[in-house]
Amino acid sequence: MTQKLIIIGAGMATGRALETLLETAPEAYDVTLFNAEPRGNYNRIMLSPVLAGDKTYAEIETHGPEWYAQNGVTCRFGERIASIDRSAKTVTSENGDVLGYDKLMFGTGSNPFMIPLPGHDLAGVIAYRDLEDTERMMALGPDNRCVVIGGGLLGLEAAAGMAARGVDVTVVHIMGHLMERQLDEAAGYLLRRALVDKGITIKCAANSKEILGKDGHVRALLLDDGTELPCDLLVMAVGIRPNVALAQQAGLAVGKGIHVDDQMVTSDPDVLAVGECVEHDGAIFGLVAPLYDQAKVAAKTLLSEEAAFVQKELSTKLKVTGCDLFSAGDFADGEGREDIVFRDPARGVYRRLVIENNVIIGAVMYGDTADSNWFFGLIKDKTDISEMRDTLIFGPAYQGGTPLDPLAAVAALPRDAEICGCNGICKGQIEDAIAAGATDLGALKAVTKASASCGTCTGLVEQVLAVTLGDDFVMPAAASICACTDMTHEDVRRMIKSQRLTSMPAVWQECGWKTSCGCHVCRPALNFYLLADWPLEYADDPQSRFINERKHANIQKDGTFSVVPRMWGGITTPDELRAIADAADKYMVPTVKVTGGQRIDLLGVKGEDLPAIWKDLNAAGMVSGYAYSKGLRTVKTCVGTDHCRFGTQDSTGLGIKLEKTLHGAWTPHKLKLGVSGCPRNCAEATCKDIGIICVDSGFQISIGGAAGMDVKETELLVQVASEAEAMDVIKAITQLYRENAKYLDRIYKWMAKVGLDWIEARVVTDQAERAALVDRFEISQSIYRHDPWAAHVKEKAKRYQPLARLDLEAAE
Amino acid sequence: MSDWIDIASLDDIPQRGARVVKTTQGCVAVFRTADDKVYALDNSCPHKGGPLAEGIVHGASVTCPLHNWVFSLETGLAAGADEGQVATYRARVLNGRIELEAAFLAARSAA
Repeated sequence: MTQKLIIIGAGMATGRALETLLETAPEAYDVTLFNAEPRGNYNRIMLSPVLAGDKTYAEIETHGPEWYAQNGVTCRFGERIASIDRSAKTVTSENGDVLGYDKLMFGTGSNPFMIPLPGHDLAGVIAYRDLEDTERMMALGPDNRCVVIGGGLLGLEAAAGMAARGVDVTVVHIMGHLMERQLDEAAGYLLRRALVDKGITIKCAANSKEILGKDGHVRALLLDDGTELPCDLLVMAVGIRPNVALAQQAGLAVGKGIHVDDQMVTSDPDVLAVGECVEHDGAIFGLVAPLYDQAKVAAKTLLSEEAAFVQKELSTKLKVTGCDLFSAGDFADGEGREDIVFRDPARGVYRRLVIENNVIIGAVMYGDTADSNWFFGLIKDKTDISEMRDTLIFGPAYQGGTPLDPLAAVAALPRDAEICGCNGICKGQIEDAIAAGATDLGALKAVTKASASCGTCTGLVEQVLAVTLGDDFVMPAAASICACTDMTHEDVRRMIKSQRLTSMPAVWQECGWKTSCGCHVCRPALNFYLLADWPLEYADDPQSRFINERKHANIQKDGTFSVVPRMWGGITTPDELRAIADAADKYMVPTVKVTGGQRIDLLGVKGEDLPAIWKDLNAAGMVSGYAYSKGLRTVKTCVGTDHCRFGTQDSTGLGIKLEKTLHGAWTPHKLKLGVSGCPRNCAEATCKDIGIICVDSGFQISIGGAAGMDVKETELLVQVASEAEAMDVIKAITQLYRENAKYLDRIYKWMAKVGLDWIEARVVTDQAERAALVDRFEISQSIYRHDPWAAHVKEKAKRYQPLARLDLEAAE
Repeated sequence: MSDWIDIASLDDIPQRGARVVKTTQGCVAVFRTADDKVYALDNSCPHKGGPLAEGIVHGASVTCPLHNWVFSLETGLAAGADEGQVATYRARVLNGRIELEAAFLAARSAA
């Protein structure tokens, strides 16, 4: 016989309970659904992407009107329940309707906590809870200012969403660092930096005193140190309280939330409760994963099936684009607890594991959270990690000697490993769904709900697909260096540094290269990384260099070479010009051309003539111009104060000094400099990798320009007063770039990844760091600042000749 | 006349390197791999005539320096999606000396 079920609240928990109920026994109950909000169930945790403009409401609606109609659910949206008569088993709606029930389910959710500051009832003071709040925030734009009180998960998502719309946002947080319940100080710092980069102002350890208004509307927040933060909207995101008013009024047992047992039944056997309104075993719930568990249990209880809700370890992720963070477990310092910490400042990566008795009890990750599920599994399973402790921090790919295919880590997960935290979906359920025919992400989402909530596990779900389907699944191309390895440039650089790998065979071994000795893609990159990181230990390998760098000349389409002698700062002399002219005659150079970098290019020189032409040019005092290198190319200059009536500094002199200092320096990609003597910028310095504009008061150093496939204007890094300081800053930038950038990234590409602020902090703000970079630059240059032409003329000239001349013998 | 022509010492070519032998019919590239095997191929990429001896040697393959076509040193066949083949000649190392088979010269002259 069909019973009557009344549900109060159409949120995510009751929504999931309804789904489970209808799937299992569609005829068991006649359901009436009340909701105070004038709509049905939507994915509330996706409000942040809606706010940020990444999603629309339509995309996050879980149950539309059709769904309710199809499933025969009577909807009474926008209606509250005025009272409940438990003895008569009836509810009375606010318009006076009285409805009887056999079972009643509470899903009244929570209310945002509003700090009772003076002025909290002004117009323009809102919480961040529902679609209406979201829409209020979405109405703001670049002309508006907003203050968010609360630097927790919700407050930061609100702040980032509004900042993405151009709103001037300030976050006021009472604690010393952001998200203190989920993050330690170091991760909080990285998060803060990332949010500041998004243009958000962050004030920690800040106490709100009063909300100031004008004509009944908020105008500013006053802090207790007297600071006034003007705003058009004030969002309070300081926490939630279970909404228990109706339950209390109905006489149910209530503490912090509505008391429920393991079956989600309240103190009245015919009344259940799920979601944020409940208190179970002393705990209340704000994350979606346990709510879904509760929902499933409640549905089974309604069907008189056995089920019990068990509280589980929880993890947190933040849904702010560009801020990847993860935390789980307990990460407070304490007696008997040890830390393993990994930092990669260049990538903004931080990982910390807290270990007690050889078991991981907490993990905080920032920047790279790809391995978070694996670590979370170790926490939940209380795995003894003593065997893998040495490489634990690098994640699953580094366990078991040589690193494995990243998919192997997923393949190795047990069937009960949780993949989708929001929906509590394990690997086994996904495998079963795939076996049943859900062979793409969309189908899997539809069948299992894996990755259908917050979406951060999408990559992992795809990996399970890939592992299960094998060749039938096409993964989005992972950015590994080349087919010789599954590791990315960043992974390999990290291994070279952290494991002190100082030779190419060591890298191949430790990083599990799949080929015997690499290929034309990875070998030049590895050669560069090794010589950049270990200039003294590692010997450059010419056979791993592209021909231009192996033979110190540019190969042309017909196999001949072009030769470009260095002219420091673009300055030459009649004698040098005569020597170039003589060489062009002697070696029958077909084309002589002036380059864009203010040099003379001799095009069409035969390979076997290279040592001889170099010898002649060396004799006239010229050295290799490195026109071929991923290294310093030229420093282009204008005539500066010597001749120009506008020149403010000796730009030519500085250009020459820079070129003499930097030449021979290998960098991830070519490095072009320009020095202009005044802002008229005749040397076109602002489209170089590093550009210097001389002004009356000193030298403006800007970086990240390009004029190739991409055209970019440099961004100002710093202005310095003296030539000496300018030299130091440029040496430090070059070294920082060399030590950190991915091979074949020009400075502008590297800068887009690490941010100008990060570079500035190291070469401008932190004087000690700058000095250390300059020192390391000089150490490296002590090896590499030489003329390769002279060296080859002396030691390797024979290599440029044919191995044998069988043509002569044959002619005899 | 011997069946094999003495060319040079193995040490005259660096490991993972190559040098050319000039013949009346153009250049032959002689490669030395990391494990000291030697291979002889036409020094001209079938794609745009790139000098293969200037390429990067990896395993038993070479990558043309002009447009990164990869060829097997053993068969002369282009790898991957590229189509083409470079003529190969028999070469060997005997007592530290590189030798090319005499017949290869004859074959080239006749060609």
